Amino acid sequence: MHIPDGFIDLPTSAAFAAIAAAGVAVSIRGSKSALDEKTAPLAGLTATFIFAVQMLNFPVAAGTSGHLLGAALAAVLIGPYAATLAITIVLILQALLFADGGLSALGLSIFNMSLLAVWFGYGVFLLIKKILPKKKISISIAAAIAALLSVPAAAAGFVLQYAIGANATFSVSAVLTAMIGTHLLIGIGEALITFFAVGAVLASRSDLVYGYKNETSKLEIRSN
Amino acid sequence: MKHKTFLISGFIASLFLAGVVSFYASSHPDGLEKVAEDIGFIETVKENTNSGGILADYGVKGVDNQRLSTGAAGVVGVIATGAISTGLFFLIRRKSGEKK
Repeated sequence: MHIPDGFIDLPTSAAFAAIAAAGVAVSIRGSKSALDEKTAPLAGLTATFIFAVQMLNFPVAAGTSGHLLGAALAAVLIGPYAATLAITIVLILQALLFADGGLSALGLSIFNMSLLAVWFGYGVFLLIKKILPKKKISISIAAAIAALLSVPAAAAGFVLQYAIGANATFSVSAVLTAMIGTHLLIGIGEALITFFAVGAVLASRSDLVYGYKNETSKLEIRSN
Repeated sequence: MKHKTFLISGFIASLFLAGVVSFYASSHPDGLEKVAEDIGFIETVKENTNSGGILADYGVKGVDNQRLSTGAAGVVGVIATGAISTGLFFLIRRKSGEKK
């Protein structure tokens, strides 16, 4: 869902770039408490893994492909603030090194994927986690559902940007229907990858998982 | 699993995915591109300012072997992302002794 140059006009792109910059600034402050000697390299690894898996487009429907976004995965593994930064780094490098996503559209893409998908995904994760029994597998399931919904959320962000400043005149409702439909399908792949990736980290180093750690520290407080 | 082992395995897995598996990725347009084609706003696309770059579109310019070209671009991307992101996260991190 890397937006190329030209789809959205420059004033709209600039406005979203300003929102994106503010979001990144807040995330730098916010991620400080979640990052220490042990979790900083995990955050770097999360960004690296997301870059790698974003190269792996999987087929979704006739003539369409999708790839991992990684927003919910990152939010669960390293917390939403650090996740915003991780996805932003990946998006900037993809635009600069690989011409994947337009430079003028970078603010639009960062808004959709680093802010909207991360925070919406994290909200869904917390909600589902609350409902499910307090087990490790529940963390993976909540992360997968968050992943499934985070992709159409990012797609909705694009539709908003299209509605405000498209350089084309096709109907917004047609774009909305097509974007949400396609990205729900991609969301299924996103959910599967997130389920297994979160499960793998939980199995080997559950102490590092932000979305799991919070749970255990809360329980500790209660038992005191 | 030891912290170091965990990090190294994750990094090697990333190198493998971007360097080897990426060759088998679907080359169909992604969701946004497909929607743009179907509805028609693909015509407003402008060429990427970096499209002449040496690694543009996940290939190394001048390398004709597709497997090698994609794989090398992936490896460079993994190393660049790993180095830059880990460096930045270390800069931002809470120093030991600092309050949460």
